[in-house]
Amino acid sequence: MTKLTDLTMTDALSGLTTKKWSASELVTAHIEAVEKARGLNAFITETPDLALKQAKESDARYASHAALAMDGLPIAIKDLYCTKGVRTTAASHILDRFVPTYESTVSQKLLDVGCVTLGKVNLDEFAMGSGGTSSFFGPTLSPWSGTDPAKAARPFVPGGSSSGSAAAVSARLAMAATGTDTGGSIRQPASFTGIVGIKPTYGRCSRWGIVAYASSLDQAGPMTRSVADAALMLKHMAGFDPKDSTSVDKDVPDYSSALGTSVKGLKIGIPHEYRIPGLNKEVDDFWQKSAAMLRDAGAEIVDIHLPHTPYSLPVYYIIAMGEASSNLARYDGVRYGLRVTGDNLNNMYENTRGQGFGQEVQRRIMMGTYVLSAGYYDAYYLKAQKVRRCIRNDFDSALSKVDAILVPTSPSTAFALGEKQEDPLQMYLEDVFTVPLNLAGLPGISVPVGLAANGLPLGVQLIGRAFDEMTLFKLAAALEKAAAFNSKPPFTA
Amino acid sequence: MSIDTKTVARIAHLARLNLPEEEQAKMASDLGKILDWVTQLDDVNVEGIEPLSNVHDMALRRRDDVISDGGHTQDILANAPAKTADFFTVPKVVE
Repeated sequence: MTKLTDLTMTDALSGLTTKKWSASELVTAHIEAVEKARGLNAFITETPDLALKQAKESDARYASHAALAMDGLPIAIKDLYCTKGVRTTAASHILDRFVPTYESTVSQKLLDVGCVTLGKVNLDEFAMGSGGTSSFFGPTLSPWSGTDPAKAARPFVPGGSSSGSAAAVSARLAMAATGTDTGGSIRQPASFTGIVGIKPTYGRCSRWGIVAYASSLDQAGPMTRSVADAALMLKHMAGFDPKDSTSVDKDVPDYSSALGTSVKGLKIGIPHEYRIPGLNKEVDDFWQKSAAMLRDAGAEIVDIHLPHTPYSLPVYYIIAMGEASSNLARYDGVRYGLRVTGDNLNNMYENTRGQGFGQEVQRRIMMGTYVLSAGYYDAYYLKAQKVRRCIRNDFDSALSKVDAILVPTSPSTAFALGEKQEDPLQMYLEDVFTVPLNLAGLPGISVPVGLAANGLPLGVQLIGRAFDEMTLFKLAAALEKAAAFNSKPPFTA
Repeated sequence: MSIDTKTVARIAHLARLNLPEEEQAKMASDLGKILDWVTQLDDVNVEGIEPLSNVHDMALRRRDDVISDGGHTQDILANAPAKTADFFTVPKVVE
């Protein structure tokens, strides 16, 4: 018998249509899985009653032949998306009792096509982190445990910041999840947990109703167990929204139509600068293997240069921290969120923010305030914005010669809980391969390609031209087929 | 670049963060390390390069100057930590 929690969304949809199973059965199986997997700490808020109600409505639509595009598919929502009537915390103490009175545009679009929401999943506080460890609600654990006996004592992280999304999808608690990606927060956890994650072009998805971290970089995207599922889900997340002035008014193509089409003749760039000193041997091997698979499928592999790559990380952190300090100024204990009293208004602000924000968030607010402060703005923020243009120009020039770029997603497999915690810089280096395309606003997809010798998954990343997600899906599908990654984590619910 | 605790206290006040004195030294050391690390940007010649603030270099969209929404007073107040009638309330600022 088919295990309902193992299905991809595309397979689940065809079974729903042919009445092999009902939405209620599908959703109940996932609610049970969520309950069994509470040890992973993937969910901050579970909404089983809401899910069952949505499933019933979905079954009624199937019965009256009025089913919607993703009708009855149970998904999880990163707890950074505001959900009407359902607590939205950003994994922060400062929002731990916040119940939005409105729904984010992207989650509303998913509800509008019949998705069922199992609940809100864990993340790094305000999406600031690469391990899923900075949540006020405790770290998320990966369902992967690896095979290295020396590391058996400590659980591994699922990556971050979309940690709960990655853990829930890989452990078969949800068929898919929404993520957000400011500097790799969809792609790195996807790579760590053996799933697919795409950060679309900046402006492709509306940011309205998603708790802001760094507004010039943040993008929403899907995390799924197949490329086809990512194509299906992104189609229903993307689109112009007048409520987000940076969302772009362009038609959203049917990404699914790109799947299985030939990649013959497509040029794939391999940037020399990503072969960083001391690059992990296995990461390099999987990168080369992936290039060979695409070559065998008919693509042409070309060496390219992105000379400003080494500066991406410092540029990213200056810009992201500056924007974060500005965005998070809104948490003042007046209109919503936590309030900690003080003798006067200023003390109330300072006490609220001092107790409401965790350590990493405070560090980024401090750093951001510093780089934006009088006397330092030109030296740091303005300089970073100029180097950002150099990085964008590098990509423009490279992508005028190639159709896409192939690079590793992360510099290593998942690390154990507690590693890289002492020195914030160690954690920032995790993002070395993911941040450049956020700075350039380009789309990137991480596809799982295999297990490393330690038994943990590794993904590679394809970067495309602005608004050319179609080519990425075409290549990602070819890579997925050739790599035939089908390993499941040791723990599934 | 080293940062002293006096600077940390000043920045914390600008950011309206109550950072206890015992945490200021660690924060000063963390910020100093991050600032040292970002000085590598000094190696890049950016003469004549315009700063990039929007990746698509687009102008903000305009809309008609008409009222299209409103009447959500109770929704807006729903999460207020303290309120009186239709107002947010804060500690007294005027004696």
